[in-house]
Amino acid sequence: MNRLSKPEDLASLGSASTLQTEATPQSGDSIGKKDFATENSIGNENGASTATSVEEQPSREGTPPPLPPRPKNLQLLDGRPQTSGSLKVSRPSLQSKATTQLSFADTQSYSDESRDTISTDAGKLKSFTHLGKDRIGSDADDSISIKSFAPTIDIGGDAESLLGEVLGDQEKDVIKVLGKQFDGMSGLSISDVLFSEDAQFSQAFEHEFDEIEDMAADGSNEEAIVTQWRSKLKHFLILSSAGKPIYSRHGDDQLITNYTGVVQTLISFYQGMSDVLKSFTAGDVRFVVMSKGPLNLVAITKLVESDAQLRSQLDALYMQILSTLTLPSMERMFANRANYDLRRPLQGTKTLLSALADGFTRGSPSTLLTALECLKLRKSHRQVVNNTLLKTRSENLLYGLIVAGGKLVSVVRPKKHSLHPGDLHLIFNMLFEAGSVKAGGGENWIPLCLPGFNNTGFLYMYVSFLNLDSPTEQVEERPASSHGAKDEVAILLISANKEGFFELREMRDDLVEQLQKNGSIELIRTAVKKGRMSCTDIVPGSPLRHFLYKSRGNVQFTMPSFEPHFTSDLDRRRLLNLYHNLHSNIHTRPTHPKVHHATSTTNISLAWMTPLFELYCVAPITTSRTALAQAANKIIQWVRREEERVFIIGGAVF
Amino acid sequence: MADSGAASAPKPSSSVKLVLLGEAAVGKSSLVMRFVNNDFQENKEPTIGAAFLTQKCNLPTRTIKFEIWDTAGQERFASLAPMYYRNAQAALVVYDITKASSLQKAQHWVAELQRQASPGIVIALVGNKFDLASANPASDASTGGDDADGTATAEEEEDVDGESDARKVPTKTAKAYADEEALLFFETSAKTGLNVAEVFTAIANAIPETSLKGPRGVGGQTNLGRQEDSARVNLTGANAQGPKEGCAC
Repeated sequence: MNRLSKPEDLASLGSASTLQTEATPQSGDSIGKKDFATENSIGNENGASTATSVEEQPSREGTPPPLPPRPKNLQLLDGRPQTSGSLKVSRPSLQSKATTQLSFADTQSYSDESRDTISTDAGKLKSFTHLGKDRIGSDADDSISIKSFAPTIDIGGDAESLLGEVLGDQEKDVIKVLGKQFDGMSGLSISDVLFSEDAQFSQAFEHEFDEIEDMAADGSNEEAIVTQWRSKLKHFLILSSAGKPIYSRHGDDQLITNYTGVVQTLISFYQGMSDVLKSFTAGDVRFVVMSKGPLNLVAITKLVESDAQLRSQLDALYMQILSTLTLPSMERMFANRANYDLRRPLQGTKTLLSALADGFTRGSPSTLLTALECLKLRKSHRQVVNNTLLKTRSENLLYGLIVAGGKLVSVVRPKKHSLHPGDLHLIFNMLFEAGSVKAGGGENWIPLCLPGFNNTGFLYMYVSFLNLDSPTEQVEERPASSHGAKDEVAILLISANKEGFFELREMRDDLVEQLQKNGSIELIRTAVKKGRMSCTDIVPGSPLRHFLYKSRGNVQFTMPSFEPHFTSDLDRRRLLNLYHNLHSNIHTRPTHPKVHHATSTTNISLAWMTPLFELYCVAPITTSRTALAQAANKIIQWVRREEERVFIIGGAVF
Repeated sequence: MADSGAASAPKPSSSVKLVLLGEAAVGKSSLVMRFVNNDFQENKEPTIGAAFLTQKCNLPTRTIKFEIWDTAGQERFASLAPMYYRNAQAALVVYDITKASSLQKAQHWVAELQRQASPGIVIALVGNKFDLASANPASDASTGGDDADGTATAEEEEDVDGESDARKVPTKTAKAYADEEALLFFETSAKTGLNVAEVFTAIANAIPETSLKGPRGVGGQTNLGRQEDSARVNLTGANAQGPKEGCAC
């Protein structure tokens, strides 16, 4: 509706757009007034504290207009088709200012304490889901050390009463009736359709990952290309603070120059006022800006994603850049020359960035939850793998991981260093999404910086993909068909020793031999082949179509298979849209709801958060709220029962 | 191509450490993939760090097991190169015949190898992507891919420096440079497989008998001077110590 290109619409767009700045959001005229008021405090660093009227207002220069000038070519913002993802943005009004923090603080801060909560509060919690009942006994072994220093949060009563309220039956009848009506109308079984059709979204998504054609020399196909470019649902731009393009997911330099110019102007406009532009909306497109040192990262989306979610995606891209360069060396490059062209040192990294970006566009539960998925394995079996890792550990090993198709099988690590999920995400992306390592065959020795671990130096990673059918053989010939197959098993051994290749290679040979001897390879292979369970395998008769369960303490998640209900990328993206929505609603600050129900004409969903876990689940609209809540409870029970199988607790620590 | 398993009679076998160097995107990994897997992948993604592969090469009198370091060509990895070429008995310095600057880069690598690698190192200069250049004079590019018995004279084959479409580096120029520096010289195509096996066979033949040791020859676990190290491994002391503490229980 907002045609930016037409001048008469500018006003309407202006009011529809919201600009979030670091200071508390202000209306246009308050900016104007205060600018006059603070004119004499220009350059005063303490401007904010000098006068009460200025308190929430950083000092500014001049008298800027309430909104930055909108250049004509911003019309790209609305030249795109309306999509079902028609932005429903939740505004995290209390976003803290940009920091170097690399993932959600709250997912981190719960490490360990949560497990304790369950056992100590088991009595109180009994009434709500018999959580912990069958758990307490098995706490005995490897989790004890974790428990011992954990503080407790008493959440039992709270959650119980909340659930009680929400699960009242008042509304369920209404929904049932509604559901029946739809049933009657369509003639189809409504329970088969979780999402309403949206042809435009489907079509846009279908072409989302197509490459944009090259510009013809005479520019004859420019219009077509620009149309293609605009129809993308999602863009990522990375520029240097001097405005030099560093990376863009779609389009070459020639195509994006104008747009990077505009974005850069907007960003520097706010920087000029010692303010920070964090995000804004134009039409149905949401822009999120993140400034990190010498870099500006911009996410542009038409999908259902909150600012916080986009921010964590930008964080991941930023971490990928650090992982290639390290922070000090990147800063050095820019210290020498502000308009340094970072693309040269980043040569070859574009594939990794694009693999990350496409992962976000496709929708990744792992990124949404900033958590990892593990291969489901019996506790005793995992213990054997862990012990083997410890036994064969070579002297200079820092981290050792066994990974099967993006799922962690086991990890060996020093006691004082846990693995940062963001770092693992980068590694998994490199190995399983971007084909560069996998396709080459042989073994790899990769210098990389793990910014979550230490952003100032490189570590060296030994990578070897296993041929599960004859594990002692190197995978030297990997048939083309296996490219992108999700069941490959890799052994990753990370060391700070640059010369450690042959040492780690020896460890790998040793490890594989031992694992084969004690049957673990076979077990891993079986588990990989089995894949994820379906909802109805987990809880027979469950109405749930899918769920995500995140254990906050372990920073890990588990989920059932996408099949049979979400087979295509599009279905998964829609499911992820729904999860994104739930996620942003339940993470709304400062309210922090504990339970969130959502109902659409086609599905009913639930988000439930406690200090222990986050659960997101979805069922067809024919399901009542009570049934949904019961199903959710059953999932919780299942996870409690299977906790040491679906999650790696502790891991092999030395 | 020369491959394992042909001769059942026990021949003396020895391993040769070989390193590939050259500018980014000239086709180093593709050459290796052609040699090791006899496979080619269009638009291969860039190598990160380095890949380690092995492949046997049967000569009439002995079997050579190549231990190949396929390094990434990007500049940021250049500081790691000494680790790979140190102790190498052979090096493949690759350039792209459609890109003049890549030959310059190759010349830099040759100079660095001559200065810093082990003195007896066998260096082959390889111009890759021959398939992009061969419009008319393809006939005499090679005598065909099947004389893989690779006599020591393999490098004598003559390419015509036909100025066809994409070629930017005339064969004559590169050949003259290779002769001057006493390098083996080939023009190859990883895509068609042209001359790929020949390069490795020629290298295998050129390695002096005396420098060949047992099957697990000069491995490469030696230490490098600390000076290169300190630049990159920049972890705090505590981190580096980490693994050493605590027992392996």
